Amino acid sequence: MTDEARVAEFEATIARHDRIEPRDWMPEAYRATVVRQVAQHAHSEVIGMQPEGAWITRAPSLRRKATLLAKVQDEAGHGLYLYSACETLGVSRAQLTEKLIEGRQKYSSIFNYPTLSFADVGTIGWLVDGAAICNQVPLCRTSYGPYGRAMIRICKEESFHQRQGFELLLTMMRGTDEQRAMVQESVDRFWWPALMMFGPPDAESPNTAQSMAWGIKRDTNDELRQKFVDMTVPQAERLGVTLPDPDLRWNAERGHHDFGQPDWDEFATVVRGGGPCNAQRIDHRRRAHEDGAWVRTAASAFAARQREEVAS
Amino acid sequence: MTHPVDPEWPLYEIFVRGRRGLNHVHVGSLHAADDEMAVRNARDVYTRRNEGVSIWAVRADAIAASSPDEKDPFFAPAADKVYRHPTFHRVPDDVPHM
Repeated sequence: MTDEARVAEFEATIARHDRIEPRDWMPEAYRATVVRQVAQHAHSEVIGMQPEGAWITRAPSLRRKATLLAKVQDEAGHGLYLYSACETLGVSRAQLTEKLIEGRQKYSSIFNYPTLSFADVGTIGWLVDGAAICNQVPLCRTSYGPYGRAMIRICKEESFHQRQGFELLLTMMRGTDEQRAMVQESVDRFWWPALMMFGPPDAESPNTAQSMAWGIKRDTNDELRQKFVDMTVPQAERLGVTLPDPDLRWNAERGHHDFGQPDWDEFATVVRGGGPCNAQRIDHRRRAHEDGAWVRTAASAFAARQREEVAS
Repeated sequence: MTHPVDPEWPLYEIFVRGRRGLNHVHVGSLHAADDEMAVRNARDVYTRRNEGVSIWAVRADAIAASSPDEKDPFFAPAADKVYRHPTFHRVPDDVPHM
């Protein structure tokens, strides 16, 4: 087949909203974009275990501890689904891990913020996983087949994550004044970083147009951010917390909430590596990888010996 | 500082039977050192919420596949054999149970 015919077939598949599968021909730039986005997503799931994992040993009850363990285990699973999807494009998981710990691939900036109180476990479930759901539901229809299938599995599980978070916060809001203050303080810290999770404003997001034309992304950053704000405001009211944005108000004309902009300079700083926990997160991931090396080697040696014994 | 890349464990494709009476369906893949580890890890990764009653783990390099392209002439012979479909054969509307 000629190159022109291949391009035409690829474009036609995208145009009829069909999926691209691993062994199909695809433009190199499409492959690179999917690898970048899925790898970044996978790394976010894996690094995302750290802020909440820090509270597993300090959870206030067995029930909260079991829930938190299950949630962190889910994040590990989500990372694996996504690394698998990425591997179908000819990159190995070992290469991706190397790129993460050498700082050559990114992960979501939200995980560079610390979890200072147990209320943060609830806030992360409610706001951070809530924002993730907004981002991820449209990605179930992304044009790259394995990525979409991984997202379907992930979205089913994220619902548990968000609900356990909201329920945790609701329980605290029914408690003492101190507990209510803890929830408000936590929401104050996480609100703006949660809004940053959707990425820079559309005008400053150079990759968005091409990603949308290829069906990799289905909505723009600003569209998703608006959707998240509209969804979250009534939940905050029900919870009894204030969202820390003086410009937040219902706009009847637009049928949406107006809201202020996050501090995009802060966002840029965190993305460049200057957030409160960037170095700590990568150090921890590197240590876990290096400390696990002997396990990987031992399992390989054991498997090799088993094969030899069967052969002899 | 550079890190030595570990020799990778082989890739396994994972198939899960959702419940009795259904086929095993492909759900994803994972790396494992051997078959037993593949099945155990598949349980932890792909059936944490009662998604299955049986797991197959198959080494990806043991799978024979049709061709590198999923929409090529390999499947073309089926396209011109419409007589294989029941609706090709006309039967009057008043014939019952058919």
